[in-house]
Amino acid sequence: MERPVPDRTLDTSGRFCPVPIIETAKAVKEMGHEQVLLVIATDPGIETDMPAWCRSTRHEYLGTDREGRSFKSWVRVRKA
Amino acid sequence: MTKRKPRALGLISGGLDSMLSLKIVRDVLGCEVRAVNFYTGFCITETQRRSGRRREDGTVKPNEALQAGAELEAEVELIDISDEGYLDVIANPKFGYGANANPCIDCRIDMFKRAKALLEEWGGDFVFTGEVLGQRPKSQRRHTMALIEKNAGLEGRLLRPLSAQLLPPTIAEKEGLIDRSKLYKISGRSRKEQMALAKELGIANFPQPAGGCCYLTDEAFAKKFFDVLDHREERKISKEEIVLLATGRHFRLSDGVKLVVGRTEGENFQLDMHAAGRYRLHARDVNGPVALVEGEPTWEEMVIASRIVARYGQGRDLPQVAIEWRNGKGEGEEVLQVEPFRDDAAFASLRI
Repeated sequence: MERPVPDRTLDTSGRFCPVPIIETAKAVKEMGHEQVLLVIATDPGIETDMPAWCRSTRHEYLGTDREGRSFKSWVRVRKA
Repeated sequence: MTKRKPRALGLISGGLDSMLSLKIVRDVLGCEVRAVNFYTGFCITETQRRSGRRREDGTVKPNEALQAGAELEAEVELIDISDEGYLDVIANPKFGYGANANPCIDCRIDMFKRAKALLEEWGGDFVFTGEVLGQRPKSQRRHTMALIEKNAGLEGRLLRPLSAQLLPPTIAEKEGLIDRSKLYKISGRSRKEQMALAKELGIANFPQPAGGCCYLTDEAFAKKFFDVLDHREERKISKEEIVLLATGRHFRLSDGVKLVVGRTEGENFQLDMHAAGRYRLHARDVNGPVALVEGEPTWEEMVIASRIVARYGQGRDLPQVAIEWRNGKGEGEEVLQVEPFRDDAAFASLRI
């Protein structure tokens, strides 16, 4: 699937729930409206955690791609 | 003059009671809510994911606080409290442990102290939780709840919306900032009233009660936890040790020597990540687990550890298995040719 070019990439490999989301929240705080964050994770739970977090924070969840043992999760920051 | 909007800081576990309390405080009482969830480092979800375990249907356990946030459309801030201060509370609880390694009273006091600091920094009026009077045997009895509140310095500023009418009014209720008549008088272990309330308040998705996400209440973990504390002079434990305690099979070889054997691919991976400063051993020529040894083993202990590691690998039925030892710097040390233990009973007494 076609994914946008990320403005920032966060690698959380080797960390597990809830650390990838804690790191995501920190990164998003420093980013601007409409910017895209790519989160790389080895925690398979990112597939359910990221959409849930986006729903609660109203950032746009763009999806998660699996590549072997690794996951790539995409978020578009909404600050309006 | 219009009445100002009260500000309330909620401690959200993600269970139904905390979801109801958030909904009541935000939508019924009309407060501005900031929801937080404390990450202690003793989370069952995290441990299961780390070890690579999946549920029967192939999915992994969701983070309940995040699910609750999605259902209620409220951001739940995840706050990492798994620092040295918290671990010190867990290793030296003033009010003692529950049935296992769970110092619930001290843990709650610590969390409420942190909540108080967040509340004051934010300029909030009170803290709220989903606690229900009489629901838990240790930490949710009337006098214990009062004791926790007092020790955390939150007297009069801790609202439990589900049981509020059974408890003394908080400052916010007394000052008319929030309406006490809109609060509830639920008590005990039944969930009947909460289920009805969920329906009434429009909460459709919530987790089944599972006794929380904390493995300090787990009997097997408690044994390993106390084994570590009992074998050192100072009651102190590190974050790395906690991760290791939740990983693999543990064997006490002597006062200063311990063996940890991975059970899954995920656990083997974790043990590899923590090999620095410990001996790492594995079967050289056949597939098998990764294991770590802490301390300085004697020759006899090295043989026993090697035979255990051989027992859990694919060479378990071979007459001899070569077990390779590497030191804490990852350098090759020695290869021991050992006979795998044939009978688990032979080393069962070493299992922690």
